[in-house]
Amino acid sequence: MATVHLRNIAHSYNPYQEPRDYALKPLNLTWEHGKTYALLGPSGCGKTTLLNIISGLITPSDGQVHFDDTDVTHMPTANRNIAQVFQFPVNYDTMTVRDNLAFPLINKGENRSDAYRRADEIAEILEVTNILKSKAEGLTADLKQLVSLGRGLVRKDVSAILFDEPLTVIDPARKWHLRSKIKEIQRQFNHTMIYVTHDQTEALTFADNVVVMEAGEIRQIGSPKDLFERPEHTFVGYFIGSPGMNLIPIDFDDKKPLIGSQPLGIDLRDIANSGKLELGIRPEFITLNGNAEGFEMTVQNIENVGEHKIVRGAIGEHGINIIIPENNEIGSDTVFVNFDPKHTMIYSDGALVEGTENG
Amino acid sequence: MSYELKNIGKTVDGDIHLDDISWATKPGQFNTLLGPTLSGKTSIMRILAGLDKPTSGVLSENGADISNVPVKKRSVAMVYQQFINYPGFSVRDNIVSPLRNQKLTDSEIEERLERVTSLLKLGDYLARKPLELSGGQQQRVALARALAKQSDLILLDEPLANLDYKLREELRSELPKLFSGTNSTVVYATTEPEEALLLGGNVAVIDTGRLIESGPVLELYKTPGALACAMGLSDPPLNILPVEKKGDYFVHQETSLNLKVPEYFSSAPDGCYNMALRPHHLAITDDNPVLTGSVKSADITGSETYVHMTVGGNDWTLLKHGIHTFKGGSSIGLTFDAHDMMLFDQNGNNLALIAAKAA
Repeated sequence: MATVHLRNIAHSYNPYQEPRDYALKPLNLTWEHGKTYALLGPSGCGKTTLLNIISGLITPSDGQVHFDDTDVTHMPTANRNIAQVFQFPVNYDTMTVRDNLAFPLINKGENRSDAYRRADEIAEILEVTNILKSKAEGLTADLKQLVSLGRGLVRKDVSAILFDEPLTVIDPARKWHLRSKIKEIQRQFNHTMIYVTHDQTEALTFADNVVVMEAGEIRQIGSPKDLFERPEHTFVGYFIGSPGMNLIPIDFDDKKPLIGSQPLGIDLRDIANSGKLELGIRPEFITLNGNAEGFEMTVQNIENVGEHKIVRGAIGEHGINIIIPENNEIGSDTVFVNFDPKHTMIYSDGALVEGTENG
Repeated sequence: MSYELKNIGKTVDGDIHLDDISWATKPGQFNTLLGPTLSGKTSIMRILAGLDKPTSGVLSENGADISNVPVKKRSVAMVYQQFINYPGFSVRDNIVSPLRNQKLTDSEIEERLERVTSLLKLGDYLARKPLELSGGQQQRVALARALAKQSDLILLDEPLANLDYKLREELRSELPKLFSGTNSTVVYATTEPEEALLLGGNVAVIDTGRLIESGPVLELYKTPGALACAMGLSDPPLNILPVEKKGDYFVHQETSLNLKVPEYFSSAPDGCYNMALRPHHLAITDDNPVLTGSVKSADITGSETYVHMTVGGNDWTLLKHGIHTFKGGSSIGLTFDAHDMMLFDQNGNNLALIAAKAA
């Protein structure tokens, strides 16, 4: 196990092109020993590039990678002592589960009986003891993925375990099980784990710290609670949550802030407003007002998700979503809504304006 | 057009893929096939498309048997999980090339192109090749082609499965609107209960080649006739506890459950039942809990917390809004509104429906 340091890392797939076209813009990051991290972002945000730099599949154009005090920037993957679990399970199909689990140890020259003892231990933890004698090829996708994970776990000396979208090919019903299994294992083994995904649930469930990326840059590093309650960037607000945060441009009429044509009721005098100002509020923090007080919202569409309803509509011409409980009925085309001031944020050019989040 | 499957069976090399499926599409509605991987959704789609012939049973279109009409002679368009476009063609040619075979005039072709590209926001990319687009845009091209053909039947086989969840969210809320203005019958296959609920319309719940139940999706969600249907429409999984009705009480020894039988179940004979509760119907209480759960772990989505626990040896999940932390191994008291409780007899039939029929 190791602490992983990324120092002034940047990467460009076209290093000779000017100006430099960075898939990953310059960044510094430390992944502490024994902690869990998720790299979360849409396709093309740079998260897999970053993972590949840690594993050694890519040598960064700039900067250094250190595992504890050792510079591994130019060290090949095989020497980095890293275990990887990929999108598609990687096993030897014709071998039994037991042989698959023992293989990484036997391959490293470990004594066979020790290797099999360790394989059996890991199988017990993963609850796959009953299939130890089965060939890997006949297994369901989620069991195959568990075996792949087990192959990473058998080695006690791994520096870190890297997961690259490991649940993509798993059915929803089995995802719940596999997700809690991976988490349980983390608690038991205390490995440094880095998990790449575009799925917010997987990221927030798995990691103590989630690194949200967009366009080759880190937008926020935080706990699931931070990302939900206090997005530091509009992208984080939008990307986390279903639907994401409502972002409404703030207009000004004689210096009074307006939403649509309605007064906002928040004093923005202290904000040096050189940039584009937006109000951010999550659909969960908007409530219906039965006394016709608050913002007037036109209702366009109601989606009943069973557990709750998503009401889509507009304040003025700005689209807005709110979430209401399943038994709440909305009758008319126009409703009045209130924004919870504790959860109303102001953003300037995408960045949270500090000090405004408490109303 | 309306399509009806009557007692459809499909056997391949002795393996039963479909077993006695009877189901009809509803005109003007979104028709959804919901079930896990390999449950038979794609087999049904292939028969609907004319790519495969059923081993037994009849497929009819507006009452006429078309079981043996080959795909070439049918008016059908299909969109798959993989993004399938002509790589050498521009976006424009990808959409219009099938129309050229339909003997349409140039102005009719232009009109359709204009309509679908504005609906799918592809207007700016008409000259690009598919591989120069993001995954979400590539799938929009495939959807645009299917839509422009104005086929009688449009089959969408997990079309959003390979997209980032944010893109999936956006496209999913557009889809029903996209097809609502057409005369085409749409059949959509998915593995995700939440997707089926969001799309709304008419759903068929499929498992291991059989039709479990079909009907309006919200109705099935609220009052499923069968336990298997309730389970199929639950993500996270449904909470189930085997209970015994003894006179005026439901009891379960291990959990020392002692729950007064609600009036609407009072006519049920004494005996064994499965009590089922959805995760969001459970609440945490310290005050006279009905049941006690032993916490295993907690999952956090963008805005909600799922607590995984065991209740009398059964795996249960509770949904709590907001981001909360729970300690593994701790105990929590549980309560619920008796009206939210579902009760199934030993054959898996919903008692509420049996009682309603009897009344």
